Amino acid sequence: MKEKSVYEHLRGKGYSRRDFLKFCGMMAAVMGLQQSGVAQIAEALETKPRVHVIWQHFQECTCCSESFVRASHPLVGKILLELISLDYDDLLMAASGFAAEATKEGSMEENYGKYILCVEGAVPTGSYGYCTLGGVSALDELKRSAEGAAAIIAWGNCACSGCIQAAHPNPTGAKPVHKLITGKPIVNVQGCPPIADVMAAVIVYYTTFGRLPELDNMGRPKMFYRNRIHDTCYRRAFYDAGLFVQSFDDENAKKGYCLYYMGCKGPNTFNSCGSMRWNDCISYPIQSGHPCIGCAEPGYFDQEPFYSHLPSVHGIGIEATADKIGAAATVATLAGVSIHAVVTNIQKRKLIRNEENNVKTDESDGN
Amino acid sequence: MEIKVVVDPVTRIEGHLRMEAVVNNGVITEAYSTGTMVRGIEIIVKDRDPRDVWAFVMRVCGVCTSMHGLASVRAIENALGIRIPFNAEMVRNIMLATLQSRDHLVHFYQLDALDWVDIVSALKADPAEAASIAQSLHPLNSSYTQWGSNSPGYFADVQKRVKKFVEANPKNNLFSTNRWCWGSSLYKLPPAVSLIGLAHYLQALEFQKEICKIQTIFGGKSPHPNYLVGGMACAVNMQDPNAINMERLSFVSELIGKIQSFANEVFLPDAIAIMAFYPEWAHIGGGLHNYLSYGDYPMTSYGDFDYCLQKQGIVMNRDLTHVEPFDPIALDGLQEFVNNAWYKYSAGKNRGLHPSVGETILDYTGPTERFDWLGGDKPYSWIKTPRYKGEPMEVGPLARLAVNYASGHELTVELTDKAVATWSSLADKFNGKPCGITRNSFFSTAGRIIARATDAAEAAEYLGLCYNKLIDNIKAGDESMFNGSKWQPDTWPQDCMGFSLNEAPRGALAHYAHITNKKISNYQMVVPTTWNASPRDPNSKRSAFEESVIGTPVAGFAPDSPEMALSIVRTLHSFDPCMACAVHLYDENGTVVHKIDINTPQ
Repeated sequence: MKEKSVYEHLRGKGYSRRDFLKFCGMMAAVMGLQQSGVAQIAEALETKPRVHVIWQHFQECTCCSESFVRASHPLVGKILLELISLDYDDLLMAASGFAAEATKEGSMEENYGKYILCVEGAVPTGSYGYCTLGGVSALDELKRSAEGAAAIIAWGNCACSGCIQAAHPNPTGAKPVHKLITGKPIVNVQGCPPIADVMAAVIVYYTTFGRLPELDNMGRPKMFYRNRIHDTCYRRAFYDAGLFVQSFDDENAKKGYCLYYMGCKGPNTFNSCGSMRWNDCISYPIQSGHPCIGCAEPGYFDQEPFYSHLPSVHGIGIEATADKIGAAATVATLAGVSIHAVVTNIQKRKLIRNEENNVKTDESDGN
Repeated sequence: MEIKVVVDPVTRIEGHLRMEAVVNNGVITEAYSTGTMVRGIEIIVKDRDPRDVWAFVMRVCGVCTSMHGLASVRAIENALGIRIPFNAEMVRNIMLATLQSRDHLVHFYQLDALDWVDIVSALKADPAEAASIAQSLHPLNSSYTQWGSNSPGYFADVQKRVKKFVEANPKNNLFSTNRWCWGSSLYKLPPAVSLIGLAHYLQALEFQKEICKIQTIFGGKSPHPNYLVGGMACAVNMQDPNAINMERLSFVSELIGKIQSFANEVFLPDAIAIMAFYPEWAHIGGGLHNYLSYGDYPMTSYGDFDYCLQKQGIVMNRDLTHVEPFDPIALDGLQEFVNNAWYKYSAGKNRGLHPSVGETILDYTGPTERFDWLGGDKPYSWIKTPRYKGEPMEVGPLARLAVNYASGHELTVELTDKAVATWSSLADKFNGKPCGITRNSFFSTAGRIIARATDAAEAAEYLGLCYNKLIDNIKAGDESMFNGSKWQPDTWPQDCMGFSLNEAPRGALAHYAHITNKKISNYQMVVPTTWNASPRDPNSKRSAFEESVIGTPVAGFAPDSPEMALSIVRTLHSFDPCMACAVHLYDENGTVVHKIDINTPQ
């Protein structure tokens, strides 16, 4: 049987062509495309068969899947499980045991070279038994399912950079996908978890254009990880004006001032929380009064304490350590991020120093 | 004849679970439950700032997200002697009840329902018949609810949509339409009822993402919202747009109304009606006879368990007239064993250790290449074995129901009795004969599933209650959300220990924290699925999963058949396993047994 296009599916589900074009327009907006992009998306969805997806879970907490099912724009929420053909996902699939394995094997064989492998979780390398599925180690399972994949999408901080289990002292030797698999395109969709609609849009981009989105030097889609949270934060105006929360629940916290001194990692975290917000644009950590803990950055669990403001955070200083830009750059793994952060922030340095002085004056006044 | 059966992976759960079973004469006579993944989060939190630990341990689980964060801030506050403002207590309760409501709903519809609802037969059902049954099941006997129309057109539409989906990829789809045992005699729902189940599967998938918005309002995101040692970070200011104000609170209030409506008008009726078609499962899967609840939803201040909405205690031998007390401090009370797990203790593999003096050394002795069988007389899991005074306990919604019922909890008694009456009359009606459903039928696979639905109805009720208390308190002029008196480490003692007892969606959750020189020196979690999924203890007593699966009839099913797997996972799913939670690793610290100096909860 000829495989059906997404458009045919939608029509089959009772959506009108108008609904369909509305959806395409929305996706284009999410992906930051021009009007012509809408037509491109529409054309792709009208003619291309659905992409088969194998979704593997290794060392993880399932927060990425949990985020995925929270995809908020209704049409996206309704079609995603159907826009793609999610052939194997041990969280949601009906079959268990041998029947589940058979479904996975079947799909991987039939769609060899064409399917997308989604990976949720890190992979332990310390011992065979640290994570097994159907009696096979996670590492063997990853390698085998990567073999026939057209591309790999690494969901969340675990698959992108190891996350919690890779934090010091990394007892199980947990590693992210890109350190274990070579020769395959890998998209790192960062965050702990990533924002639901970011996950959705990465997939739609692929099904639409038949290629992966443009990635930055850390493998992240630029369309969502181009800006620091600080750049798009609605509290940025308070930062620029030198208005800061000094203690949780103080008068300034009640006015929603900037959380920089509470340890906010927004100035050093590349993600779309500020512009997209979470769960149908309801809020994001900073809007709910808590500093960003930088969950979309590699190694964020080793950047604590979370409640110390950035200049004293070991390894990735920004404003106060901007003078030591050369020193920061030698921290090889962090260099890309640090330099970017420092350069885009350097012009603010003077202002911040003034603000710090103001704050100190306030404190001595007994505030 | 003896046959060996393996189900791995057990799907539609959180994480990695393997189940091995031995079948004799058509009945399961032996079972081995294995957690097949380890991460070592307790080792990782060592030497960290205690105020940060909530974020680490929240990553234990993204399904019961927020639960370990809550348990952690409570344990740290207990260690440091912090009492949080009443508003923060109520916001935490609201977030907890939000989690319970959503988690139970997702478990029932997305993870459990396909064990009972036949997708393939639903596609052949008569939509008009489905509509008429749905109207009769609805408590308002209505053809239209806020959850959509109970009309023939609505069900026909659902059917059409799913048909197209299956036709698109008939071989390897998410519903495994050509590989699973759809149409088998194990599926007993009439096609029209399966169609209702399928429709509500899709409806619940849409609604669950609405529920978590409450956590997003107070915690900034979901999954993994933010918590704070000393209170909550979301400041209240009725006169400012950038804080918890009337708009935010009204948003929460609207959602609470919807959650209550779904729990009572869709979820509970569905669970009872579906289980009424499976009266035999009211006699299968009962398992253990002891039930433990730690209690939760403090209505004064955390730790005051007399004023908790969910009661604390133990029901022994299914005796619903008596509640035994639980002692979290006694060294010979709560203990964990590693005799059948891949860990070792310095004092010997058969010893039990209280979590406050727990120690663990990772000791993987399992196979190092592809394996077919693990069970036997060697360690076979990453899950430790918790016991209370040497006894295994079931934890979770059924345990909460048992403890509340035995405590005379009004709401629980009312909900339970009403559920039994409906369940019994529907079972008799659907099966055309008396099925003998009584209150004791709750101690079964079917009962556990219905108990989760009544638990969701209770959580929805608590949501409203705690919301009203929060509003009353703000109205009385208290907008405080954070107690910063012990925020700075120089206010902390050199050495202190604390713990928290909590009720997670899947049951009793304890965190024990030891803080030395301003850093975590030992952190330990005894988690619900650890209770339920653990391997045998040194006295060969089985935990809940293994005990419950034994006795399941599987006559005539081939070892690798979907029917065999389904018979086993039905009972496992009734517990809502959460494997990432169950498996964790204790700190290797603890060679010196310190004097126990645990703060009693404030």
